[in-house]
Amino acid sequence: MTLQEGAVLAEAVTAPEPRKRRQMPSFGLGKWLLPVYTTLALLFLLIPIAYTFVFSFNDSVKSNIAWRGFTLDNWTGVCNAQDVCEAFGNSILIAFVATVVATTLGTMIAIALVRYRFRFRSGISLLLFLPMATPEVVLGAGLAAQFLGAGVQKGLGTIIIAHTMFCISFVVVTVKARVSSVDPALEEAGRDLYGSPGQVFWRITFPLLLPGIVAAALLSFALSFDDFIITNFNSGAATTFPKFVYVAASRGIPAEANVIASAVFVLAITLVITTQVTSTLRARRMAAKS
Amino acid sequence: MAFSAFATATATEQAPRRASKVALLLLLPGIAYLMLFFLVPLFSLVITSLQAPAEFGDIGEYDTAFRWENYTTVIGQYSAQILRSFLYAVLATIFALLFSYPLAYFIGVKARPYPLLQKLILVMVIAPFFISFLLRTLAWKQILSDESPVVTALKALSLLAPDAYLTGTPFAVVFGLTYNFIPFMTLPLYASLERLDTRYLEAGSDLYSTPFTTFRTVTIPLSMPGIVSGVLLTFIPAAGDYVNASREFLGGTGTTMIGNVIESNFLISLNYPAAASLSIILMAVILVLVTAYVKRSGTEDLL
Repeated sequence: MTLQEGAVLAEAVTAPEPRKRRQMPSFGLGKWLLPVYTTLALLFLLIPIAYTFVFSFNDSVKSNIAWRGFTLDNWTGVCNAQDVCEAFGNSILIAFVATVVATTLGTMIAIALVRYRFRFRSGISLLLFLPMATPEVVLGAGLAAQFLGAGVQKGLGTIIIAHTMFCISFVVVTVKARVSSVDPALEEAGRDLYGSPGQVFWRITFPLLLPGIVAAALLSFALSFDDFIITNFNSGAATTFPKFVYVAASRGIPAEANVIASAVFVLAITLVITTQVTSTLRARRMAAKS
Repeated sequence: MAFSAFATATATEQAPRRASKVALLLLLPGIAYLMLFFLVPLFSLVITSLQAPAEFGDIGEYDTAFRWENYTTVIGQYSAQILRSFLYAVLATIFALLFSYPLAYFIGVKARPYPLLQKLILVMVIAPFFISFLLRTLAWKQILSDESPVVTALKALSLLAPDAYLTGTPFAVVFGLTYNFIPFMTLPLYASLERLDTRYLEAGSDLYSTPFTTFRTVTIPLSMPGIVSGVLLTFIPAAGDYVNASREFLGGTGTTMIGNVIESNFLISLNYPAAASLSIILMAVILVLVTAYVKRSGTEDLL
């Protein structure tokens, strides 16, 4: 056993100390003022969500502005507003393809950045950082100018290209954190046991990276699904859900749009809360065992 | 023992050559993609920004040229919108920071003994991301509209003049920008406050410092990395945003921002050179501001 491996083993044996429950020193007014403020702040953040949700049940005719009574019709017949449904379908398709491509490319970059030494490292880091530091309107206009110059017809394809582009950097950031937390000795062990590179990747590296990859994919999906600014420049005649809302804003949004947004919200929030609660409970069980 | 030491030695000897080949394979597709669809578009933006109208062409047809006066023209024509964008973005960033700091402090420091509570509050902070950006902005438009209960109540309390209105004003636009980018501010603040060692705060009070002095001289400097990334993550999208300031959303005729001008020039009046030069100006100003800000706050390892 080398010294390094020994150190790694020692680190693994001495499990991280569970966080001590300790009484915070109370600084006078902070004692009750801060919890009250937090509650009010959270309620404030939720106001437009509640509004959108409530107005998905509005018995509206053309524009969904004044409250005209409760109905379930918008929920039961979402696709009666055909253009809303079509836009939603496009958004799902775009987000799916962009997520798959961006997650694959981004994960590969993240592994290379953490595990390998190579030249032009700082240049590559800068190339990955810049898309996140560039305002969306510049990303959108730049790509649109390029498509214009190359004579590319804008449509679903160009939207997918654009979304994949801005998702890659976010995937790299998310997955990189996970790669750095995985012990390279595990892969080394796999190679020592005559595992082929493919076997080592799919049976050791990939399962260990999976939580990070899933998080990155969910982030990409959310970013793509809700993007409007870049989409607007590169969509041509194609429409997505946010673009539909933008175009419809001047003549009134149908309540079905609220239904779709509310349904997506409920789905996403349930998913997030479930994963957070289960991971906390699992951590608590682990702490109780040790 | 000896064998494994030997094996490791040969591995490190072989590593560089094999590693660089694998690294190249892993990096190539993604980096090529970003070159092609991020870097090259920036260059086409520069080229477009210098184009001149085609001599016998239609509207929207341009020839490659070096018309540097495109820049001076748009600066002269849109100086109000450019300045307004940065003013609104600065205001929104300040308000988001003031709103988020106590919130992030509660989640990261006060709620630390209760991990489940911490996580649930964080979910509520990012909850606005799960509802469409445009619909939540429109929701605020309805809530702040002239006949809404909020405005009626403010008028009844004489907090608002009887003939005053909120939508279409700079207030509404800055309000919308602040609201929409609050999670971008709260999350990095939380991330750095979560790691704050509270023993430093105890040390402060042990040394007879007032809570305020402890906050100013200990808490704020220790959470500086979070403040820097929060400010960047809020300021950059706020400066380039054109949804909040758009007339169909929270803005009016007097709230047009640089994003709105880029959008209308590019997509409506097909004045691509003007849109492109404004984009380059926006990006250049942001890069200069961001670099200066990061240098001053001393968080240079942000990249």
